[in-house]
Amino acid sequence: MDSPGAHIKDDSVDATHGCILYIEGLTVSFDGFKALDDLNLYIDDGELRCIIGPNGAGKTTMMDVITGKTRPDRGTVFFGQNHDLTEMTEYEISHAGIGRKFQKPTVFLNHTVFENLELALHAKKGIWQSLTKPLTGEQRDTIEKDLETIGLKEQKNLPAGLLSHGQKQWLEIGMLLAQNPRLLLIDEPVAGMTHQETEHTAELLKSLAGKHSVVVVEHEMDFIRSIANRVTVLHEGHVLADGKMDEVQNDPKVIEVYLGS
Amino acid sequence: MIKKIATLHSLKGWLIAFGLLGIAMVLLPLLNIFVPEESVLHVPDYMFSLLGKYLCYALVALAVDLIWGYTGILSLGHGVFFSMGGYAMGMYLMRSIGKEGVYKNDLPDFMVFLDWKELPWYWYGFDYFAFTLLVILILPGLFAFTFGYFAFKSRIKGVYFAIITQAMTYALMLLFFRNETGFGGNNGLTDFKRILGYSLQEPSTKMSLYIITIIVLFLSYVLSRYVVQSKLGRVLTAIRDAESRVMFSGYNTLHYKLFVWTLSAFLCGIAGALYVPQVGIINPSEMQPSNSIEMAIWVAVGGRGTLSGALVGAGLVNGAKSWFTVAAPDYWLYFLGTLFIVLTLFFPKGLVGVFSRFSSKDKARGPS
Repeated sequence: MDSPGAHIKDDSVDATHGCILYIEGLTVSFDGFKALDDLNLYIDDGELRCIIGPNGAGKTTMMDVITGKTRPDRGTVFFGQNHDLTEMTEYEISHAGIGRKFQKPTVFLNHTVFENLELALHAKKGIWQSLTKPLTGEQRDTIEKDLETIGLKEQKNLPAGLLSHGQKQWLEIGMLLAQNPRLLLIDEPVAGMTHQETEHTAELLKSLAGKHSVVVVEHEMDFIRSIANRVTVLHEGHVLADGKMDEVQNDPKVIEVYLGS
Repeated sequence: MIKKIATLHSLKGWLIAFGLLGIAMVLLPLLNIFVPEESVLHVPDYMFSLLGKYLCYALVALAVDLIWGYTGILSLGHGVFFSMGGYAMGMYLMRSIGKEGVYKNDLPDFMVFLDWKELPWYWYGFDYFAFTLLVILILPGLFAFTFGYFAFKSRIKGVYFAIITQAMTYALMLLFFRNETGFGGNNGLTDFKRILGYSLQEPSTKMSLYIITIIVLFLSYVLSRYVVQSKLGRVLTAIRDAESRVMFSGYNTLHYKLFVWTLSAFLCGIAGALYVPQVGIINPSEMQPSNSIEMAIWVAVGGRGTLSGALVGAGLVNGAKSWFTVAAPDYWLYFLGTLFIVLTLFFPKGLVGVFSRFSSKDKARGPS
């Protein structure tokens, strides 16, 4: 069997126009309920963008469409100018360079921290490679570096199930990093974290921007203020407002549906 | 390669493995041949067919553990793969009877009885052992691959997959029960005389089959150990624990599931083929839904996701079954059911899990 991604002809992402993700006219409905309604959104290459919105605004559905979990009724999602994500499967999208962190930390609880990163590591992921190719020294170094970035060096041989909630969140972010993606989608990274853990996470995400494009969905306002340059507000499946945190916060439409009342 | 295999176990693990191998392959045959029959240490001839049968079951358990214990896909249809291997071997053994059947005809007895004049086309080739061997090695895996491709492609999992496999084995059982299908109907294939020219009644043939079964089981164990200890094995357990994360990490989980599913069916088919000459019969009751459920119980009793647990479970449950069905035949199923419930409730990691609680070194990493 050939390795996943082998049949994606051009692996590199064409972001020459400065944009890494193009979402246009995206509509998704479940039993008549429009989770996304003509959504248009553009993410710049290397940007750190926060997306907020009340429950049911369509944030998670948007993530699902980008990662291939849900197929849209209408509209296009392009990764760079050359990858039509609506035509690709989950693992192909992952290979093209999009990593996703779930709302609930999803790591492999029975595997050690090191093994979690090993599994995520950017490499050929076919059956044969997995069966016969042990880790190279270089790959080990990458994992060690990752462990340092997420601050779990001392826990590397612990099963991930023994980590605290915050540590699991970091491990999952670390797994995304190991995939070496162009675009990271991060769903509620600080939910359930202590104040200190939240600060640490903010530092971590800020350090990623530039090297990667990062899209963060979050509710926690202080956290967003501490990391975001630009905020997009979703409401009922489309973009309600978009701009700097201060502008958005003072937008009467936003105040009405989300921040105020 | 040898270095790689050597690291699959600790020194202690290998010593235990080779110790058991030595007892089974050297000590027991010696006790049979050199110890006089009236001695308590004498191992009677029939013991080798019985042990050989258990070893086949152990191989089945190993196969079920790969797909269920490690990958989290519960199959309740492994009886089908077992029977496919078994029937293929049975067909060869039928053809080896020649004209020594009851009707002194070149056709198998049941075909004469049905008044068939010639061999159905799908019996062609089974006169040759090499052809039979190919069928045994290819057919169960190929069937599993096709079935698995459609099931996994449609993302059928969990209890739905288990139910479909039950339906599969039930449907095939009904098919094989029919005389018209051409596999001997409800009597199946039996009255075998010889294999590769050697009489199946001879103690030496029985002993040889037993030794071959041990070797096959040992090799299968090493192969399985190699698979689960590679990165592929870690991907499999990851699929069991969080499949969506595995997909979003860039793995085509369909390929992985198909691989282990096919490997599992392959091993199971070999087990069936080794079983038939030692037990002397194959019939559709091997495909009863309850048979396949029992296979899963062996693994649950021994301990899922450990490989060695599967072997222990198959041995113990079948040992208990042999004893029970003589001592108190009516109560066997009650006992089995109770055992299953108690173990799942109180010892989810099975017997191996109970033991490894006492030795902290053996870190059992089954499903929690």
